[in-house]
Amino acid sequence: MSCFTGKYTDELIANAAYIGTPGKGILAADESTGTIGKRFSSINVENVETNRRAFRELLFTTPGALKYLSGVILFEETLYQKTADGKPFVELLKENGVLPGIKVDKGVVELAGTDGETTTQGLDGLLLRCQKYYEAGARFAKWRAVLKIGPNEPSQLSINENANGLARYAIICQEAGLVPIVEPEILVDGAHDIAKCANVTERVLAACYKALNDHHVLLEGTLLKPNMVTPGSESPKVAPEVVAEYTVRALQRTMPAAVPAVVFLSGGQSEEEATINLNAINKLKTKKPWTLTFSFGRALQQSTLKAWAGKEENLQKAQAAFLTRCKANSEATLGTYQGAGSLSEGASESLHVKDYKY
Amino acid sequence: MACSSLVKLNASTSPWIGHQSFNQRSRSCRQAAPRRVAVVRAGAYSDELVKTAKTIASPGRGILAIDESNATCGKRLSSIGLDNTEVNRQAYRQLLLTTPGLGQYISGAILFEETLYQSTTDGKKFVDCLREENIVPGIKVDKGLVPLPGSNNESWCQGLDGLASRSAEYYKQGARFAKWRTVVSIPCGPSALAVKEAAWGLARYAGISQDNGLVPIVEPEILLDGDHPIERTLEVAERVWSEVFYYLAENNVMFEGILLKPSMVTPGAEHKERASPDTIAKYTLTMLNRRVPPAVPGIMFLSGGQSEMEATLNLNAMNQSPNPWHVSFSYARALQNSVLKTWQGRPENIEAAQKALLSRAKANSLAQLGRYSADGESDDAKKGMFVKGYTY
Repeated sequence: MSCFTGKYTDELIANAAYIGTPGKGILAADESTGTIGKRFSSINVENVETNRRAFRELLFTTPGALKYLSGVILFEETLYQKTADGKPFVELLKENGVLPGIKVDKGVVELAGTDGETTTQGLDGLLLRCQKYYEAGARFAKWRAVLKIGPNEPSQLSINENANGLARYAIICQEAGLVPIVEPEILVDGAHDIAKCANVTERVLAACYKALNDHHVLLEGTLLKPNMVTPGSESPKVAPEVVAEYTVRALQRTMPAAVPAVVFLSGGQSEEEATINLNAINKLKTKKPWTLTFSFGRALQQSTLKAWAGKEENLQKAQAAFLTRCKANSEATLGTYQGAGSLSEGASESLHVKDYKY
Repeated sequence: MACSSLVKLNASTSPWIGHQSFNQRSRSCRQAAPRRVAVVRAGAYSDELVKTAKTIASPGRGILAIDESNATCGKRLSSIGLDNTEVNRQAYRQLLLTTPGLGQYISGAILFEETLYQSTTDGKKFVDCLREENIVPGIKVDKGLVPLPGSNNESWCQGLDGLASRSAEYYKQGARFAKWRTVVSIPCGPSALAVKEAAWGLARYAGISQDNGLVPIVEPEILLDGDHPIERTLEVAERVWSEVFYYLAENNVMFEGILLKPSMVTPGAEHKERASPDTIAKYTLTMLNRRVPPAVPGIMFLSGGQSEMEATLNLNAMNQSPNPWHVSFSYARALQNSVLKTWQGRPENIEAAQKALLSRAKANSLAQLGRYSADGESDDAKKGMFVKGYTY
C-alpha cells in the first residue's frame, strides 16, 4: 500500500484538519515534571502535584479562551487529572471543542561521536502507551526531536537519526489513532544568519518527509511543528516580514500540500514576538496550501505565570493575561493581529534559554 | 537549497566523510576554525530560471513536445508514408512551429537537437519563430535509455557526460528549458535499484541544467504497461517522487526553477477495468498533494499512450478546483496524432493540419482551465495510442 490505512484513517484526517481550523491553535502545556518545576521556581511556587494541577486548571477554565484553541498538548500526569470540582481535564477540553494531545517522547540523549547532538527516546512500548492514551481521551501526540546549528552541525547522522525516530513514532501513533505532531526543532542558539537557518531547516524537513514517506505515514493525518526560520540568537534580529518570507519559502520547498497544517513552535521568542511573526506569516501573499498556526508553550504562558505567582487571589488577573495571548495568536493565524496596546508584564520578555533542554 | 543569489554556506553538510571521529575534540588533529564550503546555488541564472518556469506554467497554456529523436520521428513519418529524411523532418516541424496563433495555447516547445539548429524554408530560425509567439524553446538533453545491469530487465537514462557544456551551447542557441526522460516499469518491479538510478540521474541532470540557465523538466515516466490496478500505480508513483524530490534536494536544486513531467496515475494498460477521468484525477491529485512541494511552479503531464481525448479529459478533471501548482500538459502524440493524419505529407494539407494542431492545443488549454467539454470531438481523437513496450 502506498501509505498506512487502518481503522483510524478517517478520524486521523478529520482530527488533523480540525487542529488546523483557521483562528485556532494549540496550547503546549506538556512540560514534564522537571520542566514545570523550573517555571514554578521562577515565581517561587513549590513543584507539587496540587500546584501543577491548579495551574493547568487555571489555564483550561479561563473563560472564553478555549474557543481559540483546537488542541492542548498534555504531559502524562495531566491527562489523568481533574478540576477541583472533579471533572476530568480531558472531558472539560472535549466539551469545549478542544482535542487533548499527549507528549509521548522520553526526552533526548546524546549521540556518541558528535559534538553534543542528540536523538530522542521513547519508541519502546510506544504502541501500547498510545493505545492507553487514546482510551484516556487523547487524540493527537507529540514527539520533539532536537537539532542544532554549528560549524559541523547538524551532522548527517543527527539528521538521519532524528528523522527516522520521528517517522517511526508517527506511524505507531497512526496505528493507535493518534495524529502525530512531527517536531524537528532546530535550536535558535548560535551566531548564524537567517539564510543559514533556512538552509538547515530545508535540509532537515526534506529528510523528515523522506523518512515519513519511507515509513508509509499518512501525511493527511499528521501535523508539522517546526521552528520559524530566524537568525541565530546571537545575531541581529530581522523584521517579521523577513521571518515570514524565509519561513514560508522553506515550507513551500519541503512540505507537501497533503499535510493540513503547520503548528509553529515559539522556541524562546517572547510572547509578542511569536505572535507578530505568526501574524506576518499569515499576511504574506504567496502559495500557502496549509494552515499556519501556533503550538506555543512558553509564548502562551509566560505572562500568565507571572500574573498568577502561585496565589489564588491572582486567578482573574492570570486568566485575563492568558485570554489576551490566546486571542492575539488566534488573530495572528488570520493575519489580523494589530499589535498589543499595552503589553502585560512578561509579554515582551525573551524566553530564550541557551541550549534549552526540557 | 537556500535562496538563489546568496552564497550558500554548506557547513551543515560536513563535506568530509568520516571527518568526525571520536578524536574530533582533541585539538591536535582538528582542522583550522569553522570549515565552510561556499556553494553558489543556481548563481547567475536563478531569477531567469524562476521567470522562465513561471512563463511556461502560465494559465491556459502547456507544452508541445516535438523532441522525437530522428529514429522515432521516422516512425511518425513512415506512418503516413514518408521517408525519414532531414528534409521531411524539417518540413514536419516547420508545419508545427509556424502554426499561426499557437502561442495562445502553447507556452513551450521541446525540440530535438537537430531541430534547435534548423530554420524554415524561408531561412527563419525555428527558435525565432517560437520566440515571436511567446513560446519558450526547450531541448531534449538525455541520450536515451539503455539496459540497467543488475536490474530486473529495466533501463536507465544516459546523458550526464558533457551535459554542462552541451547545456551551455543550447542556451546560447536560444533554449531556455531542458528535458530528460527516464522510465520506471511496474511489471519489472520496479526494483529499488531502478528507482534510485532514475531519481539520482534526474537530480544530477537538474542541477547541471540550472547551473547553465536551463529550467529542467523532471520526467520519470512510470510506463503504462502492465495489468496492475490504479492503487499499485499510486504506490509506485509515491515512491518514485519521494526519491526524486529527496535527491533533488541533496543536489541543491532550486524548486522554484523546475517543472515536472509526471505520468498520470492510471491503471495499467492491460488492467481489466478502465478508470474514469474523475478517478484518475483523484488518484493523481492525491499523489501530487503528497509528494510535490508547493514551491514547484508547474506540473506538465505526459500523455504516454492515452488517446488525444482521454488525455484532455483527464487533464480537465484535474483542474476542477485550484491547485498549489499549475497543472497542465506536455503532450507529444496526444497533440500530433490528428495533425499527422491530416497532413499526410502533402503541402496542400498544411493549413488544415495546422488547424488540427490548434484545435487540439485549444482543447488542452481549456482543460488546463477546467473548462473543456468533449462534445464535437472526432473519432480519431478518441483512438488510444498505447503501444506495448513503447520505446522512443
